[in-house]
Amino acid sequence: MKIETRTVGDIKILDCSGKITLGEGTMAVRNTVRDVLKNGGKKIILNLADVNYIDSSGIGELVSTYTTVTNQGGQLKLLNLTKKIQELLAITKLLTVFQVFDTEKAALGSF
Amino acid sequence: MIVKKDRIEVRIGSALEYLDLVQTLTDCITEFMGFDEDSGHWIGMSVRESVTNAIQHGNKLDPNKKVDIGFDVAPDHLEIWVRDEGQGFQIDRLPNPLDPENLLKPSGRGIFYIRSFMDEVEFIPHARGGMEIHMVKKIPAN
Repeated sequence: MKIETRTVGDIKILDCSGKITLGEGTMAVRNTVRDVLKNGGKKIILNLADVNYIDSSGIGELVSTYTTVTNQGGQLKLLNLTKKIQELLAITKLLTVFQVFDTEKAALGSF
Repeated sequence: MIVKKDRIEVRIGSALEYLDLVQTLTDCITEFMGFDEDSGHWIGMSVRESVTNAIQHGNKLDPNKKVDIGFDVAPDHLEIWVRDEGQGFQIDRLPNPLDPENLLKPSGRGIFYIRSFMDEVEFIPHARGGMEIHMVKKIPAN
């Protein structure tokens, strides 16, 4: 699991790649988002285009990250869901929770 | 091409480090049996979720307890069982992750996903203690 952070204006884009599974993957998401919040970042986009595997703990981590960011007055949006992540979010009704975008331009423009 | 029923068994310790190994084995079996990529992915995830539960919630990461995983391969279906050595649990007491009050909980979706992706799922308290999950996935007829 690898996360690279880019900045566009006051928006942080986290480009995630690899696996978001119990342990290392979920911790990487949690720690990176925590660092963004600690440094004052409030607008976060999680780009999941290159996430080739996610388990229920990974989905749970997206939910808890969303809650953490929202509780701190920030906004978290999801970008480029793979077909499988989309399906996992859909069947657990989480697509009603997250704001999801297919293009970076649309995600950036949504804040 | 599977011509007769056969069994593949593996026993692991209660360590999450084994998850990738079990998943790789599952992927090899589903590919060998001719499942399509999507079905293979969801079977692999179902096994991963079952083994995670067995290690974490069943055996509570106790290094002295084992998890047994079995794959019964047949020409038209794959049957998988995962057995832990824990105290068991009551499946009907698990919260529904789709209830509005549970929607934002960080956990509690694993068994829901298993039930969504496998054709048959059954939880059986084992005679020697522990919990056993049985899962079946049929190979679609061409």
